[in-house]
Amino acid sequence: MEFFRIKRDIPFMRHALIFNVISFITFLVAVISLSTKGLNLGVDFTGGTVMEVSYSQPAELNNVRETVARLGFTEASVQNFGSARDVLIRLPVKQGVASVKLSETVAAELRKADSTLEVRRVEFVGPQVGQELFENGALALLVVCLGIVFYLWLRFEWKFGVAAIIANLHDVVIILGFFSIFQWEFSLPVLAAVLAILGYSVNESVVVFDRVRENFRKMRKASVPSILDNAITRTMSRTIITHFSTQLMVCSMLVFGGETLHYFALALTIGILFGIYSSVLVACPLVMWLGVSREDLVKPEKKADAEAVV
Amino acid sequence: MNRYPLWKNILIVMSLVVGLLYTLPNFYGEVPAVQVSPIKAMLKADAALMGRVEDILKTGKIASDGVFLDATSVKARFADTDIQIKAKDLLQSRLGEDYVVALNLLSNSPGWLTAIGALPMYLGLDLRGGVHFLLQVDMKSALTKKIDAFAGDIRSALRDKRIQYSGVAREGQAVVVRFRDAGAREKAAAEITKIMPDLDLKLQDDAGEYRIVAVLKQEAQRRAEKFALDQNITTLRNRVNELGVAEPIIQQQGADRVVVQLPGVQDTAKAKDILGRTATLEIRMVDAHASDPSARDYDPQKVELAINGQVPFGTELFHVQRDGAKEPLLLSRQIVITGDRLTDASPGFDQQDGRPIVSVTLDGQGARTFQQVTREAVRRRMAILLIDRGKAEVLTAPVIQSELGARFQITGFRSTEETKDLSLLLRAGALAAPMEIIEERTVGPSLGAENIRIGFNSALYGFLAIMVFMIVYYALFGVFSVIALSANVFFLVALLSMLQATLTLPGMAGIALTIGMAIDANVLINERIREELRNGNTPQAAINAGYDRAWGTILDSNITTLIAGLALFMFGSGPVKGFAVVLCLGILTSIFSAVMVSRGLANLYYGGRRKIDRVSIGQVWKPGAEKA
Repeated sequence: MEFFRIKRDIPFMRHALIFNVISFITFLVAVISLSTKGLNLGVDFTGGTVMEVSYSQPAELNNVRETVARLGFTEASVQNFGSARDVLIRLPVKQGVASVKLSETVAAELRKADSTLEVRRVEFVGPQVGQELFENGALALLVVCLGIVFYLWLRFEWKFGVAAIIANLHDVVIILGFFSIFQWEFSLPVLAAVLAILGYSVNESVVVFDRVRENFRKMRKASVPSILDNAITRTMSRTIITHFSTQLMVCSMLVFGGETLHYFALALTIGILFGIYSSVLVACPLVMWLGVSREDLVKPEKKADAEAVV
Repeated sequence: MNRYPLWKNILIVMSLVVGLLYTLPNFYGEVPAVQVSPIKAMLKADAALMGRVEDILKTGKIASDGVFLDATSVKARFADTDIQIKAKDLLQSRLGEDYVVALNLLSNSPGWLTAIGALPMYLGLDLRGGVHFLLQVDMKSALTKKIDAFAGDIRSALRDKRIQYSGVAREGQAVVVRFRDAGAREKAAAEITKIMPDLDLKLQDDAGEYRIVAVLKQEAQRRAEKFALDQNITTLRNRVNELGVAEPIIQQQGADRVVVQLPGVQDTAKAKDILGRTATLEIRMVDAHASDPSARDYDPQKVELAINGQVPFGTELFHVQRDGAKEPLLLSRQIVITGDRLTDASPGFDQQDGRPIVSVTLDGQGARTFQQVTREAVRRRMAILLIDRGKAEVLTAPVIQSELGARFQITGFRSTEETKDLSLLLRAGALAAPMEIIEERTVGPSLGAENIRIGFNSALYGFLAIMVFMIVYYALFGVFSVIALSANVFFLVALLSMLQATLTLPGMAGIALTIGMAIDANVLINERIREELRNGNTPQAAINAGYDRAWGTILDSNITTLIAGLALFMFGSGPVKGFAVVLCLGILTSIFSAVMVSRGLANLYYGGRRKIDRVSIGQVWKPGAEKA
């Protein structure tokens, strides 16, 4: 079986402007949503208490809401989690309320109405810990970006490094944009997924750029756009098959992973889909706009460079 | 050219065998067990304890599936949870309070696996259920207490030396001493520098008033903080023992935090009560004892009567552990001093005879009271009591040898272990800096089991889907890839089991994701071989070139993911750290398995033949072929 029966190079670069416009618009939408709606940060980052409770029958959300409100938590959110019998209660941090025994108080109050209640999970994060987790998360993102830029800078010429990191950061912004637009909960595992996918999709750019470099050496007379077209076309099968395989796994997580892994898998899915698009169709035009030329890559003294594959 | 030297084949087989062996314990599941571990350092988990446990079970007619001894505990396996609970109750009642008897789960893997150190993966709390607390130690109040103690010490030192001062007070984190003339201040400064080297002194003059401002030196401050933290950890450890948790984790995190993890604990309210409680220490005089005729108040008759129920007014009957037996003591109800007067207790050695001792330091006021009382009480015995959860326990009851002051020593120990234990307990009872729970994560047992199922199913079905796709698309080379991928899973699980890294739900997702990403290396190789074939290379040359040239790209494509994994490991916490560990290890194992294992298989299959007509790698489509 062979999916990719491509006879001629596909002229991607002729449509470079279109790709860039598409990217720019999605990016803009993401940024606008992030700056107006912001992220629906999970309890890990904001601090507060999350309780997952399970009833033996479908839960009466209104009763739960009333009970929680009676305890003074008018800002609490109460919703089903996974099934009708499971309820997720989110209690914000409240000034002056000792949060240490909060979950026990709420559970005891809820048990009065239904003694079959089972507390499945409690997460309490103090505001100061939330702040730290947020800062550490941001720091991790920064370190990953710097690490990748540094690696690409070592590996290629600076124009490629800049193009790759812009393309992949644009992915990150778009993932965050999705979480902002749909107000999905942004938790620690989601952040982990975003960072993992950032590292994963940068290597797509590496593969394409490797081929670009090889082409500059081999195709002496070709123009820059046709070199890029050729590189993209020839790496396409590998790019799509690997991402497809990874996505198979992520789909399995979406289907079998329940509510807990849902947003983790969702972040991975968006990251993988946009990763294919951006690391190839955003990074390459960027390299072109940055004015890459044969002289940038093919050094006069011949070095035994690692050859590109695929 | 497509043959591996023998050593490479052996390396592959060896690593596969090791991988398989260390993965194996994860398949056996767990059986209910009861774990008995001594609370006090003086008691050891040894063959004697094991014998006792066996005897108790035998006389109670409880059938166990084996009793085992390890470094810190004795464990007994049982057929089901009913027997397990019965055995726990029986052991608890027979062994008394000196041992923690806890329910536990033991790996059901055969003994020889355990003997080679092959253990199942260590499951995190989100998979096995339990409570995780992060506690913050209030260092500021620990330091304030320390400064207060120094203020008292300065006051008594100046009084001793008859140096005139007009006031000693703590202001913020400093002690301010005021004088009316500069001469007195000079003398005082010299004296304080001499006896309190931990203080930094600054001299200030203000409107005819001469002042010394003393602050803790940086290094002393650090030591005080370390001291407070250690002490709090000890206190927590003692308290957690009460909860009867099989494998508690109590660990320092950062400069001023403590992590407490209690697997299997469901009653979080009780756990919080116990962790948040404050213990106190009291010193009281012994009213009557029956063991040492050379000490005062030797009165076996009075003790005997008290044991039989006639406790004289104003006294209380206690028992103290001494030389393996319990010694009855009649104590006065009057408290000489309480633990907040105790500023330090540390183990050491007597300078004369080198025997282990515990040095105790009291603050100024404590020392004064203590001096007055002990002056009248030479050759009497004093008892040090730890009052925790409203229950008093006599830690030790030494004979007072002379008038005691701010610093004194307790002697008569047989091992450094004992002195270490006692000084920790003394400190634990005394100046614990307050702690606050700043993070809690509780996972119920049913959710833990469900999380395991979720993680396992995601990985399994994803793997099956990839397997089908690879075999359909790449035929025999797809089979090689799938075998290499399975080897990768074994390596990863084996590595996680060997390192006993904590496996969390994100960690399980990490295993799944690693499988999904690891296939990348195989796709690279297979595509490259196809391309070489497309370009008209001979099959052998194509296979060789495919593996060789893919290597650089495989490295490349994994490095960026590794950067992300390392950053997550550095900055992540808890479950996310588990994910990072799996991600990083998974990348390493996948490089090995994709390159070595799948190539080994290809070499084995194709390498031996002189000439191959075609390579089973699915259809290799050539642009020119359709025209023909």
